[in-house]
Amino acid sequence: MIDAKRRTLLKGSLAAGSVGAAIGAGLLTPQLALAEWNEAAFTAKDIPAALNDLLGGDSAETTDKIKIKAPDIAENGAVVPVTVETDMEGVTSIAIIAAKNQTPLIAAFDLSETALPFVSTRIKMAETADVVAVVKAGDKLYQNAKNVKVTIGGCGG
Amino acid sequence: MPDIKIRAKLSGDETTVKCLMSHAMETGLRKDSKTGEKIPAHFIQEVVCKHKDEVVMTASWSGGVSKNPYLSFKIKGAAAGDPIEIAWTDNKGESASATAEIS
Repeated sequence: MIDAKRRTLLKGSLAAGSVGAAIGAGLLTPQLALAEWNEAAFTAKDIPAALNDLLGGDSAETTDKIKIKAPDIAENGAVVPVTVETDMEGVTSIAIIAAKNQTPLIAAFDLSETALPFVSTRIKMAETADVVAVVKAGDKLYQNAKNVKVTIGGCGG
Repeated sequence: MPDIKIRAKLSGDETTVKCLMSHAMETGLRKDSKTGEKIPAHFIQEVVCKHKDEVVMTASWSGGVSKNPYLSFKIKGAAAGDPIEIAWTDNKGESASATAEIS
């Protein structure tokens, strides 16, 4: 809670010095503060580490309010269409994760108040795994997952 | 060639924006089948989407997004004729942007 308030405050003030200090103190993730590419999160090898780096926490409540549209079977793991949609209020961020990829975090979307909680893209999947969507609404994290069977992996070579 | 195709369509109060970017999206994990050497990572890291110069969505990506990325999102409160701007930056610092009008 305190962190969230600080974040708003800092975002508003745009004082580079204090933002830097807050990042150093671990209060802010660079992603949310300045929308810089979050290297730690995107190179993390497991989901909890990625979520901690990206959203500052890894405990997400599972809810079927998050709808994940993805094929049951993907013949080509290099191109797996994924759509994440929810009717929850106050969604500020949506992350897409392929559970068994070498670096599971694939995409993170920061939404303004104008944007509706909907994103659609195409991802690579190394093997059959859950596609996990993590949604941040208010100060809480929510997640849902859908299993996608992959016939030919899309990350190897 | 960096290239972005944007289509933005208004329906009721919702505008659906769809875009296609041309980019190799190399993860850095793939190997060249002939030489056996790793192909260096080259992927879009950040996509900034603006409606009338205001940022409505920022996407951060890893190399796990498919080659020639497709992205779709929805915004509310936009009007036909409003400009939608999409700009990406990749891990080599290359960038591209494009603008389209909502129809």
